[in-house]
Amino acid sequence: MAVLLSLVVQAGQMALVLLLAPLLTGLVRRVKARLLRRRGPPLLQPYRDLWRLLCKEVVLAENASWLFRATPYLIFAATWVAAALVPTFGRGLMFSWSADLIAIIALLASARFFLALAGMDIGTSFGGIGASREVMIASFAEPAMLLIMFSLALIAGSTQLSTVATYMASAEVGLRVSLGLALVGLAIVALAENGRIPVDNPATHLELTMVHEAMVLEYSGRHLALIEFTSALKLLLYVSLIACVFLPWDLAPPGAGPAAWAIGILAYLLKLGACACLLALFETAIAKMRVFRVPEFLGAALMLGLLGTLLLFVSRSL
Amino acid sequence: MTTDQPHSSLAALLASGAPVTGHRPWPRCLVDRPAWQLASAQLAAGHWTLLGLWGEPDLVHLALLAEAEGTIGVLSLACPDQRYPSIGQTHPPALRLERALRDLSGLVPEGLPDRRPWLDHGSWPVSQPLAAAPGPPAPAAAPYPFLPVEGEGLHQIPVGPVHAGIIEPGHFRFTAHGETVVRLEERLGYVHKGIERLLAGADLAGAAKLAGRVSGDSVVAYGLAFAQAAEAALSLTVPPRAQRLRGLMAELERLANHFGDIGAICNDASFALMHAHCGMLRERVLRLAETCFGHRLMRDCVVPGGVAADLKGTGVQALRALLAEIEARFGPLIELYDNTASLLDRTVGTGILKPALARLYGAGGYVGRASGRGFDARKLPGYPPYDGLSFDVPVLDAGDVNARVWIRIREVQASLGLIEQLLAELPVGPIAAPLPAALAAGEGMALVEGFRGDVLVWLRLGADGRVLRCHLRDPSWFQWPLLEAVIEGNIVADFPLCNKSFNCSYSGHDL
Repeated sequence: MAVLLSLVVQAGQMALVLLLAPLLTGLVRRVKARLLRRRGPPLLQPYRDLWRLLCKEVVLAENASWLFRATPYLIFAATWVAAALVPTFGRGLMFSWSADLIAIIALLASARFFLALAGMDIGTSFGGIGASREVMIASFAEPAMLLIMFSLALIAGSTQLSTVATYMASAEVGLRVSLGLALVGLAIVALAENGRIPVDNPATHLELTMVHEAMVLEYSGRHLALIEFTSALKLLLYVSLIACVFLPWDLAPPGAGPAAWAIGILAYLLKLGACACLLALFETAIAKMRVFRVPEFLGAALMLGLLGTLLLFVSRSL
Repeated sequence: MTTDQPHSSLAALLASGAPVTGHRPWPRCLVDRPAWQLASAQLAAGHWTLLGLWGEPDLVHLALLAEAEGTIGVLSLACPDQRYPSIGQTHPPALRLERALRDLSGLVPEGLPDRRPWLDHGSWPVSQPLAAAPGPPAPAAAPYPFLPVEGEGLHQIPVGPVHAGIIEPGHFRFTAHGETVVRLEERLGYVHKGIERLLAGADLAGAAKLAGRVSGDSVVAYGLAFAQAAEAALSLTVPPRAQRLRGLMAELERLANHFGDIGAICNDASFALMHAHCGMLRERVLRLAETCFGHRLMRDCVVPGGVAADLKGTGVQALRALLAEIEARFGPLIELYDNTASLLDRTVGTGILKPALARLYGAGGYVGRASGRGFDARKLPGYPPYDGLSFDVPVLDAGDVNARVWIRIREVQASLGLIEQLLAELPVGPIAAPLPAALAAGEGMALVEGFRGDVLVWLRLGADGRVLRCHLRDPSWFQWPLLEAVIEGNIVADFPLCNKSFNCSYSGHDL
């Protein structure tokens, strides 16, 4: 029975992230538009865009290899699985026991690896520029992310997110400097990984300044739909990750019934909404930084992660 | 070449040539080759500034400005063999003008090292459309060789002419070393409309309409420049009310464009908040222009002799209300710009234009003023209604994107002051002088300060009052080449920011 329940929770989780990802993107766009005193697109516009792209034919460059065609499916699958590993409304995730935080980072890293390769596959200059910038950013973001995860794992005693969330919701946590440092670091990494301002601008039309968009400039039709869906999923993943670790309240415990799930889903929606508003507010208040400032920005995340981990060691040994 | 040369002053050089009668308000002289070459040397030495270079089937004209003595004049060189000594071989600002002249009129600049076409991309129905007898179309578009760049680890990035956003077409060929730009080469001419060919033979009213359609953001500037040139050719005096209404229109156009630019520059640093607010202010100005003069861009509002329509009844109150609103809302926006460190980090020190280059190219508008060149056609040569108004021309020396933003901010403030002065004293009277019943032949020239810089119009009217030849020179001719110089050593991702801070015209340049 317990196995069946956790299977249901896991299936619900996979469906939920898929359903909610475009909504989150739509919400961020909408809030940003309101902050700029524009009306903004309808909340459901991302769904329509995805549907429109799915219905369109794919235009492929003549020299596109199998890699270019396979990459959208690969990165979509990897990101979907990664998103399904982060507890959103309940903690009893089945996959949680087989895949942990390190696995999430690895899944995202492989998705990026393939996307960067696909960006260079066609041989256009923008694909190359985008891929090289993306990899440069990743080479700073990934170590920072790993260090942040280490300090979380040291606090919670596990790299499994369900366990981390349980621990964070308990009274044992208390107020810890390391947690604060990890939160700031994780937020920085999340901004960089999702190509948000100040690292990249998802809404730009200036091809020379693009990072992520430059890599996928040659994609069209269902391939582009999958890539956009992947971006939405990735944003949802990071928001869920921050919510699960730092706002772990009202997560349905393992083995709970539908009532707890409903509360969990409601709480999750509220958390998503709050994070979307914060993201939109932050993005409105800041300009994009020069490409060469990004290492400094991400270096700050790395140092925060390192500091958090060191503080933990120091406080334990005393 | 030193200043001790015999014809060291432009006035003296002009006096030495054969003056052409009926060219107003500045002299035009037929000169011989030595005088032409002397002018070329004076330009190269930086004593004079190039205002324009254009041609007719067997004549080539060179408009010059000697800022120190305050003289403007045109040198004309007869070239029956379709050849003239190149100015561009020693004075680079003339390079593209000469390449364009060869494409349009078939006049060959002797000694010009660059033999590539400029405006003609091989897709026109004729070649050399302004020559006495236009040639057959090019058989096939020839490949366009970009200047070679050699070195290890360099790669090329071709951008445009079709861009990811909705902007005008232009091709930019970057040679980059990693993210650093080693060289940028522009290729323009994609929006050539053949306006100068259409102008030849047009009647005055039709020509004024055409001139106003050169560049959509400078409708008033072009309309005003053409009207002033026509009035000079016809020796018409514009009634005072019309002069002040023209000033109002010109300042409204400047306001709208500067608001748009300030917002757009910030938007290219992904700071959309400024863009949104400046966009609102721009929209207010455009709507007010429609209320006051009947068209958002004030198209066809300036006509030779005066203005087409008087200020609408509630116009003065509406303008005063707008001034108050802008003053209330623009202050906080300047503060927002100045207090957003992340934005200043992008604009300060980016895309520096050295003052020496700005002076050499005679860069006008905010491009020149942000790099220490304070030339403003409203002051020198000056034209009504500005001769009776007090305003400051802001000048900065930094030459970076930030300086170009600040020049715009200061110019907005100056324009607000100008509008206030114009409204304070709006004389009653006719809004246009009637065109003379019997139109006469004549030549006129005008230099008008648009929002982007000085627009030059040269016009020759026939005895029947039709346009024989009209040349319109956009300020962008001397700004586009500077953009190539400015981006060197900057990173590729900063190009949009530099480009937007220049905001050169494609349409006005390609004509």
